[in-house]
Amino acid sequence: MNFDFSDDLKQLRDQARRFMTERCTPAVVRRSLDGQETYAADLWREIAEMGWIGAAIPEEFGGAGLGYEGLCVLAEEMGRAVAPVPFGSTAYLAAESILTAGSDAQRHEYLPKLADGSLIGCLALSEGSGNPEPSAIHARVVGGRLTGAKWPVADGGIADIAVVVAIDEHRQIGLFVADLAGVRRRDLQTLDPTRNHARLDFDATPVQRLASGGGWGSVQRVLDRAAILFAFEQVGGADACLQMAREYAQERFAFGRPIGSFQAIKHKLADMYVALELARSNAYYGAWALGADATDLALAAATARVSATEAFHLASKENIQTHGGVGFTWAVDCHLFYRRSKQLGLGIGSAPFWKNRLVDLLETRNVA
Amino acid sequence: MDFNDTKEEAAFRADARAFLTANAERRAGARPVLRQSGVDAEAVKRCKAWQAKKAEAGFAGLTWPKAFGGREASPILQVIYNQEEDAFVVPRGLYEIGLGMCIPTMMAYANPEQLDRYVKPALRGEEVWCQLFSEPAGGSDLAALRTKAERDGDDWVINGQKIWTSGAHLSDFGIIVVRTDPNKPKHEGLTFFFLDMKSPGIDIRPIHQMSGARHFNEVFFTDVRVPDTQRLGAVGQGWKVSLTTLMNERLAVGDVQRPEVDDLVELARKVRIDGKPAIQNGAVREKIAEWHARSQGLKFTRFRTITALSKGETPGPENSIHKLVNASKLQDIASYGLDLMGAGGLVVDDDLAEAYAMFQSALLSSPSSRIAGGSDEILRNIIAERVLGMPSDIRVDKGKPFNQVPTGKR
Repeated sequence: MNFDFSDDLKQLRDQARRFMTERCTPAVVRRSLDGQETYAADLWREIAEMGWIGAAIPEEFGGAGLGYEGLCVLAEEMGRAVAPVPFGSTAYLAAESILTAGSDAQRHEYLPKLADGSLIGCLALSEGSGNPEPSAIHARVVGGRLTGAKWPVADGGIADIAVVVAIDEHRQIGLFVADLAGVRRRDLQTLDPTRNHARLDFDATPVQRLASGGGWGSVQRVLDRAAILFAFEQVGGADACLQMAREYAQERFAFGRPIGSFQAIKHKLADMYVALELARSNAYYGAWALGADATDLALAAATARVSATEAFHLASKENIQTHGGVGFTWAVDCHLFYRRSKQLGLGIGSAPFWKNRLVDLLETRNVA
Repeated sequence: MDFNDTKEEAAFRADARAFLTANAERRAGARPVLRQSGVDAEAVKRCKAWQAKKAEAGFAGLTWPKAFGGREASPILQVIYNQEEDAFVVPRGLYEIGLGMCIPTMMAYANPEQLDRYVKPALRGEEVWCQLFSEPAGGSDLAALRTKAERDGDDWVINGQKIWTSGAHLSDFGIIVVRTDPNKPKHEGLTFFFLDMKSPGIDIRPIHQMSGARHFNEVFFTDVRVPDTQRLGAVGQGWKVSLTTLMNERLAVGDVQRPEVDDLVELARKVRIDGKPAIQNGAVREKIAEWHARSQGLKFTRFRTITALSKGETPGPENSIHKLVNASKLQDIASYGLDLMGAGGLVVDDDLAEAYAMFQSALLSSPSSRIAGGSDEILRNIIAERVLGMPSDIRVDKGKPFNQVPTGKR
């Protein structure tokens, strides 16, 4: 058994961690937080130049062909750095939709440009409150033209193209690609200003259907695969929170001793560690399932998602708690992770949605 | 990543499976193997016969030196053997502590003649060993133990009481840590011995547990003489020797117990809430999903540990996660399963109880899982201090002579 990343991928992870520590400093993240920029465009360009966006895109479509395990280790570092870039939207959602549901021509048309950063992609799924489900989709494509409102769309305000979930003339769910150039859009204020979110109003916008993107199954397939990649971001974020809390607990004194010497703090940190390790192990299995296109990929994804969402939420809130009052200030970085934890935890369906899906999958597995 | 054995591992797995197939019955059906509540005379016979067979075939003491009947194999082969053995019905419960903890401690500290005398008979299952550590006043704070040994000529004379000793009544020998100098600080006044459990002055009484079983014992010592030649480590070095033993404990304890998540799923299909199977209830589904995620997380954490072992790395304190998560999960699943049964959950009669009464049985046995082999609280301390680098607790007994350390009424 070798249930670990290869030495090459560990090197890639270390390289990514060093790069992000250097270039994606809290000051960079805060430029988005404070509204000075919509996203870290310079950082994004460098990430594109290193070939990270296309890590899992096959070389014939302009990617680096590192496989999904490669994309997973990079995702962890994006999460650790609370990176204010459209990495997930472009790589896990738009590119993955086109890769899994597009025709060869569609792949050749879009993937090289998504991989090299000349196009930013996003997934336009939500239409307001509620979790992903067919009955929540009202956006409609008639005669190749899309009409309807999608919000919130992560990176919708900065994306060049969107993969849109909509219903067709036959009331069938499908995945469609839209060029956003002429689409009316409005940036939204959200819980996590370090990530762009927008409302997209399509009004007879020309779209092309992804060749095999028919039925809710194709949407769920995209969400399943993305759930594993986002789980790595959540694991990276949770790990960053645990490290912050650790350092603070060692340095902060109260009652004449480091607060980390109190069992109340120790046990809190131990619980964060346990949740993180369980989430990491589930994410690893997801990485394997993605790479192997395993038959239990969907269950692996739901499990990784549930575990990682819980771990990041716990770690981000208890990191604030460990810091005490100072953790509640704008100036200290705790809230960046707390915000990102919710952004990642809601974006592609929240915990109740994924828990329900997990049990659906368990039930069918046990019958089979 | 892959889940395949290396060539060497695959060959070993095939050997182990062939041995087990030829000598044991493959486990069948859903009935859980409940934790043995005690080992009776018949079971002792079966355990002894199985251990002898295992030793003869070279599957006992896999990681031990060849000189002592082992194979000097990598720990990964032990994991593989255990995985294979889990699929078979084999008698258990008599040798885990002796071979997992006592003999490894002997191998680290006993002299060559003693090793010659004791190791092989233990491996072949001819002699049973127990571990005499915990005391009424020394549980989580093990080093606060009070059983004393005083020097008398070539012997030491032991007086006091040990508790929670598994299998003491079935054992031929035991390892024991005692206080030899109460004027020194807690950890410095301890010394370690091995002794004959048939020595005069040893009185063994079973403890009636809250689960109804009698698995552990109290062991009373009244003027029990142990020759100085049976001392392991120097006088006053007993704590250091104990740590050797305890390092092995965390690897030994913590196997998967029933009911597991699949048992809960099965139950939730059967019992009803609001006229529908409980599995259709949102609250029930949420719980199942959370436990599944924890259960799988642990399983894959174990895979990561096995990978590390396979690469020749030694698992460290991070291994505490397994028992910490498993024990609470067991208790919680047991309790929740009973909730789903409603009033019927109270019943343990074999012919009426749901799921072989495994939920009821686990409800009553699981509190011990959260205490034995390091309580939840101690495990969290270990993770915080030894994995995350938190400073150790401030101790009011630090540096004080043991006989001046405050004690309570219990």
